[in-house]
Amino acid sequence: MPTINEIVSEEIRAQARKLLEEGTVAAVIGYAAGTLPMTVRPLVVRSPEDCSKLIWNTFCVLNLANYLPATLKSVEPPRGPRDPKPEGPLPKVAICATGCWSRNIVVQTQEHQVDRDRVVVMGVGSRGMVSRRKVEAIFSGKEILKVEEGDHELIVQGADFSETINRWSVVRDNCQTCTHPDPVLVDVRIGEPVSERKPPNPFIQVEKIEQKTVDARWAWFTEEFSTCIRCYACRNACPLCYCPTCFVDDAKPQWVGKSLDAVDTGLFHVLRAYHCAGRCTDCGTCETVCPMGINMRMLTKKLNKDVLNLYGIEAGMQPDAPLPLTTYAMDDPQKFMANEVAPVPSMAPATLGHRGPVPGSVKEGK
Amino acid sequence: MKVLKVTPAELDAMMQQWSKAHRVYAPALVKQPAASPNCAPGWRRVDGSGALTLSTGPTPASVKTFFFPQPETLLTYTLENNHPDKGLMREPEKSKEMQVVVGVRPCDARSVLLNNLPYQEDPFFQANRRRTALVGFTCDQSLSTCFCTQMGGSPLGSEGLDLAFSRTQDGFIVEVGSAKGEALVTGLDLAPADESEITALAARRQKEVKASSTELDTLKGRELGKLYDAPLWQPLGESCINCGACTFICPTCYCFDIQDEVVRGQGRRIRYWDSCMFPLYSLHTSGHNPRGQKVQRTRNRFLHKLKYFPDRFGPFSCVGCGRCVQDCPVNIDIREVMNDLLAVE
Repeated sequence: MPTINEIVSEEIRAQARKLLEEGTVAAVIGYAAGTLPMTVRPLVVRSPEDCSKLIWNTFCVLNLANYLPATLKSVEPPRGPRDPKPEGPLPKVAICATGCWSRNIVVQTQEHQVDRDRVVVMGVGSRGMVSRRKVEAIFSGKEILKVEEGDHELIVQGADFSETINRWSVVRDNCQTCTHPDPVLVDVRIGEPVSERKPPNPFIQVEKIEQKTVDARWAWFTEEFSTCIRCYACRNACPLCYCPTCFVDDAKPQWVGKSLDAVDTGLFHVLRAYHCAGRCTDCGTCETVCPMGINMRMLTKKLNKDVLNLYGIEAGMQPDAPLPLTTYAMDDPQKFMANEVAPVPSMAPATLGHRGPVPGSVKEGK
Repeated sequence: MKVLKVTPAELDAMMQQWSKAHRVYAPALVKQPAASPNCAPGWRRVDGSGALTLSTGPTPASVKTFFFPQPETLLTYTLENNHPDKGLMREPEKSKEMQVVVGVRPCDARSVLLNNLPYQEDPFFQANRRRTALVGFTCDQSLSTCFCTQMGGSPLGSEGLDLAFSRTQDGFIVEVGSAKGEALVTGLDLAPADESEITALAARRQKEVKASSTELDTLKGRELGKLYDAPLWQPLGESCINCGACTFICPTCYCFDIQDEVVRGQGRRIRYWDSCMFPLYSLHTSGHNPRGQKVQRTRNRFLHKLKYFPDRFGPFSCVGCGRCVQDCPVNIDIREVMNDLLAVE
């Protein structure tokens, strides 16, 4: 009997082929098989014949929404930077999307990076993706040569071993605490819908850090980010990071130093996380792609928690709602404002006179 | 060349001996801070008291960090007005202490020789080279991602190693490859290796040479224009996220940028690792970027390793360690790229 993901793969191939043959879309963003066990490669398919390369499995850990703006651009007729937009509708792109990736497409639409009318979302309910690192840690010191996937177990094989492990035990941390595994946008449904999940506490990993003392938190932060090599895989794999020039690449002015100084590295990670506040869907790609295994997702997850508590908003869940941090409402929490009953510094004329005229102020007469 | 016989206990004693006079490093098998005054990222300082543990295949981090530190201070200066050094740039006091790197694999040892080609006249690289001795261990086992034999190396190679350890039934035979290696064994009471073991190693090497593939060498004679315009780059560039992971973990990626950093009036001119995957790498002052597209940057990395570098220096700029194959977030596999390039008409 085929596994759930084998059925999903077959449906993705069939639907992608149909969409391309009908001419509904000019490209389909999906996954191709990787060259190593537990790896996959994002792939943009442009012809029905290539659809046989598309696959779906439990290792699809990269957020495909990251590829959407560039792919949409690539299917537009070529034009110069000053040429007007061609008349009539532009070609569409289909994309496989799980819960979090579809929420990222919502954010991209809200931020005008993506034209929703040009996107065909092939919605796949996520059953949680497996962390290759977690599997490798179980078989530490042994090379894994093949991993076969069942619906609830993985058969991990090496040169001299073959072991079956429980799939959920090696699912990524972000997927284990995920509440919205089913896509919020679905134009073409792939497989069966997945129901909302109710993990006892979606922020349990963050709260473990929050409960530490200030010193212990600082120790956690210093240690966690000490191995960063500044390759920026976390940034480049993230669909939220689309600035033409990132603040770390800016040379005039230069905001962040270029060496591996802990202050510079820390600044990069903290600023990156803050840029994602109110926009991050906890897809876990940043953490997954890090070659050093840094848990930078804890920073964005903490901000997700704050945005939920302050504004009651989870990124990408309400396509028609404005973004929480680019809008203002009269009842927004504003604990940062000065207390009205606090004494206001006196502005007595004598004090002003003592200071003399403000430099640069206009003097009347001579 | 001198060939010695060493037991595991003698190896521990040797490391203890070296650590008295030099800084001795071994591969770290757990996370190490990327920047720390006392250790190189991916390596830890050892004193020979614990047994040396090596994983199969390449060490977690390459030896590049010892020759091409991230960052390296080239000059220092002060911005203080009353300082006698005001307006002067000084070379920083460089450590002359020998560093002995133990546990190097043949692939990484070759990488130092390859990087030495463009860095022949680089005083900083050369100074680091002079003070670094590589003590390597040939590979009895390879990983499925290892492809050193395709790149002109060998799992049993001793090229570039000052001391090359190869496993025997009851210990190691050690080939002394240089004067630095000679100095490391001087004063130690070590027996010469048995003739039979030397012959056995030579026979194993001979077998390895026969099994290795030289098919890739035909790339060197191919016309660049055709490789450059090959259709393989478009899908590859599309999948690539243009992070610098592959270039930073690569032992043979050696590009850098230079910057001045000033903290509280004290300045230093540093050179730090750069990556051709970053748009800033090729951005001109005019604002023009000759490699403004992702696909151009992806293509550059592979063609540099497999075409531009060999055209200029001879060998490929890749040792086949397979680190990039293992760690690329989007599974871009240089072995596949090489096969695709070979198939270009």
